[in-house]
Formats: sequence, C-alpha cells, structure tokens
Amino acid sequence: MFVTPGYAQEAAPAEGETHTETGAGHEAGGKPSFPPFDSSTFASQILWLAITFGLFYLFLKKVVLPRIGGILEVRRDRIAQDLDQAALMKSEADAAVAAYEQELAEAKAKANTIGQQARDSAKADADVERKKVEAALEQKLGEAEAHIASIKTSAMKEVGTIAEDTAAAIVQELIGGKADKAAVAAAVKAVRE
Amino acid sequence: MANDPIHQFHITKWIPIEIGGLDFSFTNSSAFMVATVAAAGLFLFLTTSSRGLIPGRLQSISEMSYEFVASMLRDAAGSQGMKFFPMVFSLFMFVLVANLLGLFPYFFTITSHIIVTFMLALLVIGTVVVYGIMKHGFSFFKLFVPQGVPGILVPLVVLIEVISFLSRPISLSVRLFANMLAGHITLKVFAGFVASLSTLGAVGVAGSILPLAMTVAITALEFLVAFLQAYVFAVLTCMYLNDALHPSH
Repeated sequence: MFVTPGYAQEAAPAEGETHTETGAGHEAGGKPSFPPFDSSTFASQILWLAITFGLFYLFLKKVVLPRIGGILEVRRDRIAQDLDQAALMKSEADAAVAAYEQELAEAKAKANTIGQQARDSAKADADVERKKVEAALEQKLGEAEAHIASIKTSAMKEVGTIAEDTAAAIVQELIGGKADKAAVAAAVKAVRE
Repeated sequence: MANDPIHQFHITKWIPIEIGGLDFSFTNSSAFMVATVAAAGLFLFLTTSSRGLIPGRLQSISEMSYEFVASMLRDAAGSQGMKFFPMVFSLFMFVLVANLLGLFPYFFTITSHIIVTFMLALLVIGTVVVYGIMKHGFSFFKLFVPQGVPGILVPLVVLIEVISFLSRPISLSVRLFANMLAGHITLKVFAGFVASLSTLGAVGVAGSILPLAMTVAITALEFLVAFLQAYVFAVLTCMYLNDALHPSH
C-alpha cells in the first residue's frame, strides 16, 4: 500500500493502518489523483448512497413523517376544538345575558301592569263608592223635596180653610149673625183663583 | 507536517467487496452515509416518540424541520407538490446532516464528493422528467417553449431552455459539492497554518493566533454554509418539481 508521508494525517493511524488508500493505490508511484474525481470509487459510493438514502427515504416515509404529521394534526385539531369550545362558552354566556335581560324586562313590565291594575281597581272602587254615596244623597234630596212638596201642598190646602174661617169671622163681626159657609168658601175660592 | 488539505477527501476501504469486476467496498464514505442516515433517522424517530401535545425542545426541532420543508414545498409547487414531500424532506435532512457531520474534526464529508451530489441531483431531475411525462405526456415538453415568444425566436429559445434544463443537475450537484469541498479545504489550510507556525518557536506561536482565529471564524461560516446548501438544494428541488407539476410557464 502506498501512503505518502504527506497523507500520514493525525487521523490515519487512529483509523487503522490496514486501510487502503484507493486514490493513491491506483496511481502508485505517480501523482495521486484528486479524490472526488477518482472514478474507481464511484461504484461503491453510488451503491452505498442508494442503499442508505433508499432506506432513509423509506423510513421517513413510512414511520417518521406520518408520525410528525399526526402530531401536528392532533395539535391543530385540539386548538380548533378549544377555540370552538371557547366560542360555544361565549355564546352560552351571551345567551345567559340575553335571558337575564329579557327576564328583567318582563319583570319590569309585570311590575308596571300590577301597579296599573292596582291603580285601576282602586279607582274603580272609589268610583263605585262615590256613586253609592251620590245615589244615597240623591235619594235623600228627593225625599226631602217630596217632603217639602207635601208640606207645601198641605199648607196651601190649609190656607183656604184659614181664609174661609177668617172671612167668616170677619163677616160675622161686620154683619153679625152667621155667614153662609158655602158662600164664603165660594167667595174665597173666587178670590184665590 | 501533516497538513495536506486534500487528504480528508480520500476514500479508504474498510471492507473490500468486489462484484463483477466493480468495486463495491464498504468505505469510510459508506460508513458516514450510514452514520448520516442513522443520526438523522434516530433523531427524528426518538424526539417524536412521546408524541407530545406540547412539544419539548428536541421534538420542536423535528416539527420545525417538518414544517419548514412543508411550507417551502407548498410555496414553490402548491398543494399538489405535497406528494413529493417525503422525497424533498429526505433530501433536505440527508444533505443537512451529512454537511453538519462533516464539520466534526476527522469526520468524512460525503457531500464533498461530486458523485454523491450528482446522484442526488439526478434523482431530483429524474423524478421531474419521469413524473412530468407520466402526468402530462408529450405536453410536458411545452416546458421548453415559453408562451408569447415571436415565431422566429422559438428555435433559439427552445435551445436555450433545453440547455438550461440539462445544466440543472450539473449546477445542483456542483453547487453543493464545490461549497463543501472548498469550505473544508479552506478550514484545513488555515488549521495547517496554525500547526506549521507553532513549530517556529515563540514568534511562530504568537503568529499562529491569527490563523487560529480565522479557523474559528470559518468553522462558524461553514455551519452556515452547511445549512444554507441543504436549504438551497431543497428549494431548487421544489422549484424543479413545480415544473413537473405545471409545465406550461
């Protein structure tokens, strides 16, 4: 094996002295070719690249990428789910607020109607009471008027008798003797009419 | 002094295998391919094994790389492109981990060999061509005829488009290969200066501080390049796949 002193790098002994320097070995005695352009190593590199990269590709495609993709998808779903839940909770809270406000409005309306009803019924009661009192007063007034009228008629009736008596008395004093009762009554009646 | 900057790219046979006159030996390159695949695969597998609803730090890394590549592919090729997601993600992770592993001292960088990057690029272009023709039939070749070009210019434009299409696997592979190769050579050269200068006595030791600082700085730069090249490779893959999905410009 041909190893030029210049190639005796620090690494060479560590890797083992039995190694073959293919690049140098090909051109023993001549100038060593530039390793990346040494076509004698191509077949080996292509084969091992195909094996390793092929296995790497299959491993990533079958195992690693589905796994990472799954992790990312689960996370995305979880975030979306959490957001949905948050939105749901928010809508629930909004509904609760709306229900509360509606109840409040209903209660207010109810309070108003109750107040109105109380006011109305009180007013109606007062009206009934007032009408009753008014009717009673009316009745009493009518009775009084009737009483007055009866008193007036009886009084008026008595006026005729008193006039007759007075006229008879006057006639008696004037002419002495008894006056004709019927004539006096007729005379008084004539005067009064 | 043992500071030949090319030495790190040498391929050494660990288990010689020869089939039909071709050398299929298990080499240090093969070993680092296995290491790359094992490291990337195990990392992704183990960090996601708890399937945490709330990810830990390591699980976050796996998820971030998944979503990073997924959004890259979706932006470039639309949701139809997601059927290529396993391929793009494998390419990205393979190149990224290979580049990062290569930054460890004494480690072999598999992406610093043109044949490896060229094979990966051929995989991409091959997928584009095969899928494009399978899905669109002959109309896949409309890719080479942009709409709204005056009739007299069509042959010239088609020629340019064909050349540009054929140069894609070359540019894709050479970009990655050259970046990794140049970066590692630069690192090695500056690190070699440290070793060479420090043998020259007190003045040399003092003088070696500058290349040491440069080595540290370039190491940081190489970490950036390692990620950036994996990203560029994946982005270009996405864009080429977009051509296969939507050939009419």
